[in-house]
Amino acid sequence: MSSEVRFTDFKSDKQPTWCPGCGDFGTMNGMMKALANTGNDPDNTFVVAGIGCSGKIGTYMHSYALHGVHGRALPVGTGVKLANPDLEVMVAGGDGDGYSIGAGHFIHAVRRNVDMTYVVMDNRIYGLTKGQASPTSREDFETSTTPEGPKQPPVNPLALALSAGGSFIAQSFSTDAQRHTEIVQKAIEHDGFGFVNVFSPCVTFNDVDTYDYFRDSIVDLDETDHDPTDRESAKEKILDADKEYQGVLYQDEESVPYSDLHGLDSNMADIPDGAPEGAMDLVREFY
Amino acid sequence: MPDDLNWAIGGEAGDGIDSTGKIFAQALSRAGRHVFTSKDFASRIRGGYTAYKIRSATDRVESVVDRLDILVALTERTIDENLDELHDDSVIIYDGERTEMEDIEIPGDMTGLSVPLQRLAEEAGGAIMQNIVALGAACEVTNFPIENLDSALEKKFGAKGESIVDNNKEAARKGQEFVADEFDHEFDYDLDTTDNDYVLLNGDQAIGMGAIAAGCRFYAGYPITPATDVMEYLTGRIEQFGGEVVQAEDELSAINMALGAARAGARSMTATSGPGIDLMTETFGLVATSETPLVIADVMRSGPSTGMPTKQEQGDLNMTLYGGHGEIPRFVVAPTNVAECFQKTVEAFNLAEKYQTPVFLLADLSMAVTEQTFEPETFDMDAVEIDRGKIVDDDEVEAWTDERDRFQPHFSTADGISPRALPGTENAAHMSTGLEHNALGRRTEDTDVRIEQVDKRNRKVQTAQEEEDWSPREYGNPDSNNLVISWGSNEGAMREALDYLEEDDIDVRFLSVPYIFPRPDLSDDIESADEVIVVECNANGQFADVLEHDALTRVKRVNKYNGVRFKADELAEEIKQKLQSEEVKA
Repeated sequence: MSSEVRFTDFKSDKQPTWCPGCGDFGTMNGMMKALANTGNDPDNTFVVAGIGCSGKIGTYMHSYALHGVHGRALPVGTGVKLANPDLEVMVAGGDGDGYSIGAGHFIHAVRRNVDMTYVVMDNRIYGLTKGQASPTSREDFETSTTPEGPKQPPVNPLALALSAGGSFIAQSFSTDAQRHTEIVQKAIEHDGFGFVNVFSPCVTFNDVDTYDYFRDSIVDLDETDHDPTDRESAKEKILDADKEYQGVLYQDEESVPYSDLHGLDSNMADIPDGAPEGAMDLVREFY
Repeated sequence: MPDDLNWAIGGEAGDGIDSTGKIFAQALSRAGRHVFTSKDFASRIRGGYTAYKIRSATDRVESVVDRLDILVALTERTIDENLDELHDDSVIIYDGERTEMEDIEIPGDMTGLSVPLQRLAEEAGGAIMQNIVALGAACEVTNFPIENLDSALEKKFGAKGESIVDNNKEAARKGQEFVADEFDHEFDYDLDTTDNDYVLLNGDQAIGMGAIAAGCRFYAGYPITPATDVMEYLTGRIEQFGGEVVQAEDELSAINMALGAARAGARSMTATSGPGIDLMTETFGLVATSETPLVIADVMRSGPSTGMPTKQEQGDLNMTLYGGHGEIPRFVVAPTNVAECFQKTVEAFNLAEKYQTPVFLLADLSMAVTEQTFEPETFDMDAVEIDRGKIVDDDEVEAWTDERDRFQPHFSTADGISPRALPGTENAAHMSTGLEHNALGRRTEDTDVRIEQVDKRNRKVQTAQEEEDWSPREYGNPDSNNLVISWGSNEGAMREALDYLEEDDIDVRFLSVPYIFPRPDLSDDIESADEVIVVECNANGQFADVLEHDALTRVKRVNKYNGVRFKADELAEEIKQKLQSEEVKA
């Protein structure tokens, strides 16, 4: 179906159960459009998600998909992509899934640089468990589990990614459909690990990081003189605590993805009916 | 019982004990002798006592015994550590010129051979070869043709250049000549050689070899003793067959990467040990519920918690059998010797894909680090058959779609096994999830669908129970009223124990069980025997519990949990005592 793929082909017939107005609708639409725009179709696309509101995405999209356990979506995506380089692998997660329970995997997925796309729906709160602080919640954000605020600084996912040697680091805002789609598309096209942190507001539990807040505070990098290949400029922007940026913060166009570095280019699902040719050499080694 | 020689080299970790022992084991194997090795090692890189032990005979040997004939002692402690196994005819080779060994006392009537290992090594080109001097000395003591050692040295040092090989050969000659010239002594040991060709390998290597033979192309793991050898074996080899080994950041990642690769259609595995299998537990249920074929090897060590990482135990049986929340259909396969580590690994991949479920390969430290000789045909690559189960191709998809043309990856079939479409298959895009789901793989809380899917998954196990052969292997006297049952690596020691028992006129029927779940129904065997003993390397008798439950009867138990595998003679004694005891029997 490759030539006439439309983004709606990536839509399943299941209606999302996200709250009306949830930022995740826009985040997902942008992902589907970006997949279609880059010439993918549901049969060659594999979507992996973990747990939380973001985890539901595999149900609402139409593609090969695995909805796994909390925080482990990146390792699953890594296995899928290495085993079959022909697949377009997209991993989706939330700020809890990616930066808390899965934080260890995040850092290592970034440095492993497997050619896949990681979209984090960052709403700065735990939605599905009804409103607790997340790793990206503000220091003074009052929630049911942090009545006086977390009293610890939020995680800066972009800084984590940059320090771990990230080769593509971007941020978008789910409501800005065109820019968001464009940014995810760039992440897909990037040869390596494409990471996009998406501001995807929670209308039910987060009354601080709202649509209005982001709309008023976001600075689009395309309207600045930022050069995404300039790591120093990226560092400056990423560590700027006073601004919320949208766009590609950093891209290493020379980066070599894991599979290329390790010479992996074939589909590991293709195996012979018996032991592979040359298998007896494995035994002879032990003489 | 084989007319065997028990040899060991011991010293401090970092002294090259392991590689020296391996060279001698290889020399023996190349001379057509059977070899069975074991290791005493501590969980540290340098310092502390460590030893490499070899039992060797022209007949097959499959266990260790409480006897040490020749000991190369690089430290005084080595003698103390092995005092129980040394006997009056034992020969101890040591370097009496080293200050710390000057005042050494050779116990009892044993023969102490003071060989200037370090000095002779220096004469041959470097003190580093002192262990090789000792090997040369051992050759003289045992009248073992030193040419066999040469070929093992060539194999070990060949890559480092001819002069290194020659220096080592020279070092061995110096050790041999010193013993011949300086000691006017007839030794009781005379090692025969044969024309047989053997290969020498350990269980971890056999698991890795089995995985490649079975078409495994993806391995993700995190280093942990004693499973690391599986990963080290596959690294550098699996790539030659188009595969990849990934050292993950932790075990949680390792099993999930392996799961991802399996979803993509690769034959995929991970291997770990106690603490690692705990971390992986979360994902067991996801593997089973998403119906992903995955092989998970648990090379058991002494637990719980960090336990004794370098010691033997069969303590994780319950973990693999019951681990994980909820009820998880799974297979647990437990190879009983090094060769079976190969064969059962191949089988594990077939079971995983045929039944689309996790298969636990339950190995243990004793097998994993034990090098054993085998005829090369034992690892028969031509006999490897690959059964990928119900994978549907592009043309078959339509037969499994619903009225709206949606592929049903969890379709409830009569045998419980659903069609499986690998990503890339046209018009079969679908999701799988750890949530309870319907035939489409979509989340559901519908009570009827829940029951249908649970039953479907359990039905796979029933199908396997009926279709596969889960029989135990039988040894000893089939008509005996004394029944002994064991699983895992105890088989070798137990088989030899049968000989010892026979000497005492005790006959025993022995069943060695390589399948924990599904497993053979031994109820009739247990009920019809007068005495039933279950042998296992753990304190509480986890397999005995299972068998008692199956047969609704009580069995006697022989358990060992000091961290060391069973020895044949010791096992025979324990069984003798159990048979004579008045312990409870229903």
